[in-house]
Amino acid sequence: MHPTSLHIRSARLIDPGQSRLEEVDVVIEGGKVSRIGKGLATPTGARVIEARGRIVAPGFVDLHAHLREPGEEGKETIETGAAAAAAGGFTALCAMPNTQPPNDCRAITMLIKTRAREIGGAHIYPIGAISRGLAGESLSDVGELKEAGVVALSDDGRCIMNARLMRRALEYGRTFDLPIVQHAEDTHLSHGGVMNEGVSSTRAGLPGQPAEAEQVIVARDLILVEMTGARYHVAHASTARTIEMVRAAKARGLPVTCEVTPHHLVLTDDACLGYDTATKMYPPLRTHADVEALKLGLADGTVDAIATDHAPHSANQKHVEFDCAAFGIIGLETALPIALSLVRDGVISLPRAVELLTWGPVRTLSLPGGTLPEGAAADLVMFDPDFEWIIEPESLASKSKNTPFSGMTMRGRPRLTLVGGKVVFDADGAAS
Amino acid sequence: MSGPLLGLLGVEALPLAQLVAILDRADALYASGNKKTASMNGETVVNLFMEPSTRTRTSFEIAAKRLSADVVNVSESFSSAKKGETLLDTARNLDAMRPAVIVLRHGSSGAANMIAPHVRARVVNAGDGQHEHPTQALLDSGTIRRHKGRVEGLTITIVGDILHSRVARSNIFALVKQGANVRVAAPRSLLPRGVEALGVTAFDRVEPALAGAEVVMVLRLQQERMNGGYIPSLRDYSRFFGVNAHNLRAAHPDAIVMHPGPMNRGVELASEVADGPRSVILDQVAYGVSVRMAVLERLASATA
Repeated sequence: MHPTSLHIRSARLIDPGQSRLEEVDVVIEGGKVSRIGKGLATPTGARVIEARGRIVAPGFVDLHAHLREPGEEGKETIETGAAAAAAGGFTALCAMPNTQPPNDCRAITMLIKTRAREIGGAHIYPIGAISRGLAGESLSDVGELKEAGVVALSDDGRCIMNARLMRRALEYGRTFDLPIVQHAEDTHLSHGGVMNEGVSSTRAGLPGQPAEAEQVIVARDLILVEMTGARYHVAHASTARTIEMVRAAKARGLPVTCEVTPHHLVLTDDACLGYDTATKMYPPLRTHADVEALKLGLADGTVDAIATDHAPHSANQKHVEFDCAAFGIIGLETALPIALSLVRDGVISLPRAVELLTWGPVRTLSLPGGTLPEGAAADLVMFDPDFEWIIEPESLASKSKNTPFSGMTMRGRPRLTLVGGKVVFDADGAAS
Repeated sequence: MSGPLLGLLGVEALPLAQLVAILDRADALYASGNKKTASMNGETVVNLFMEPSTRTRTSFEIAAKRLSADVVNVSESFSSAKKGETLLDTARNLDAMRPAVIVLRHGSSGAANMIAPHVRARVVNAGDGQHEHPTQALLDSGTIRRHKGRVEGLTITIVGDILHSRVARSNIFALVKQGANVRVAAPRSLLPRGVEALGVTAFDRVEPALAGAEVVMVLRLQQERMNGGYIPSLRDYSRFFGVNAHNLRAAHPDAIVMHPGPMNRGVELASEVADGPRSVILDQVAYGVSVRMAVLERLASATA
């Protein structure tokens, strides 16, 4: 299907990559943004979309998604994951390597890229495994993975516990200009824990994972980053001290970045008190003080990106005792309204929220896109920041329904998502 | 006055008035020798025990039979868990046979909370993981009242593996609610983080925790805690955290000593104390039947 021409009229363009915030028309031709300006003429045959002051932004970029293909297609596929992305305003996703088999070699990377191309939705950027088989013992064929197209290395879901392997990963990653994305969790400290360790876990009688399990790994890794000079990214930073350490490392000029998930910004470990397995995730929901520190990190630039850690699981793995349930929640379709709630609460500005979903993640892993100058591929989202909707898991595009936000009323939703000028999501088909 | 009892998942959410009403009724039943009544005639109680238990299951069974209920025991070895059935499916299937009450013992914290919304029967938590064991705490409070005349204002020390103990949690909730001064004592590796937020004072030595205590509750130390590295050895634990005649001298002269069982004699509690004049351990067991009768009776009357 060839992308048609589009004329989006009277949109509020927010493009932090160009420090742009203005009411303009956007014209899309041949899959690219051909013109941006006021009162533009409609190209012949173009579909006209009246934005009526709704916001147009570069398509969101998620640094952290689990698409489950290959191997666990019952939970999600690249196709359903891309559909969830489109519905959430995302036009690019980084796919974590903990598939089955894991993405630790060229064949799996190529498979993921080929499937994504066939589907023709969101761009999928595979992240390769740091260690062969995600076993944490020896390095994957990093050079070959880079050649096949991975954008970073991670054993996400598992921490690189062995400091020597971490050192080698940083050195080898730097050689091939691949950042190392760490799931920071000292698994000896967190052993057996199913929620954050603290007053709430004490009350619930559930084994806890201390915040320190994340912090000791980040502290160790920052020393190794200083040693190796390699790029290091903290996945789903969840504790106050993690943010403090990243802030200090950045101030010293270390090549360190971090991301925060939407759910860690709005939920605390109190949510686990009802034993709802939709509140069980890695890292666990933390305390109010941690949430406040993460928000501060968003505002002062310590946090580089909001990343969903979209982790689909089947109902069977969630409708069980809390300690037996799978870790993780879906997040692609609720990220935008949560980011906007932070804007309404005065935590961050609207352009900053958009930056954390676009230019921030793109810079973090040196990805293409994330900004919309004239001539750029038309990967964009138009959203209504005030659109009110109730989260009904059954009507979400993701194949899995594990969300702690079920039944909640949220504000803000994409109306239109384009990838390369092609409409991949259109909430009001009648808008044309 | 207190409203109907719709289930008993924990003490934390149990209103004080409801707790007191259960204990008052248990006192009356105890005084009557737990005389058999017809209050659950024609009703069925299912004891679903997914974890080994002798004392608690037997106590629930006797209590239900004294109320003339029909009792079905489903224990771990016969359960469907081994065939891969989920807890929720097991509970729903049993519920389809229309019992009035399901008594659940399970190794996962929150197990009773999880099944309760999905079954028609009233659910009684008979111990869920490391969360709560509400009838144990009720019988402990009742035993304290019988020996001390009150709970309010008493200094009560709980010694042992607070971190992993559902008995400790339920007792903390129950005793704090009734206005006792509650102390907990354990090596720091067995003290849960933030336990003071539950309204207790934490100690990492037994002697100061026992000083002036009017009630001493000793918890079972599970042998597997050694494997988890929480304590170096039973010997070391016993030497520094075991309750014995010597360190008990710090307690109030009239202090009573309690243990929820099953007891590791010579580990957390010296035999001379367990069998000594201060021990009320068998009274706890006897009163347990009365408390469980009172709970089942209230649930049955709420159903009717």
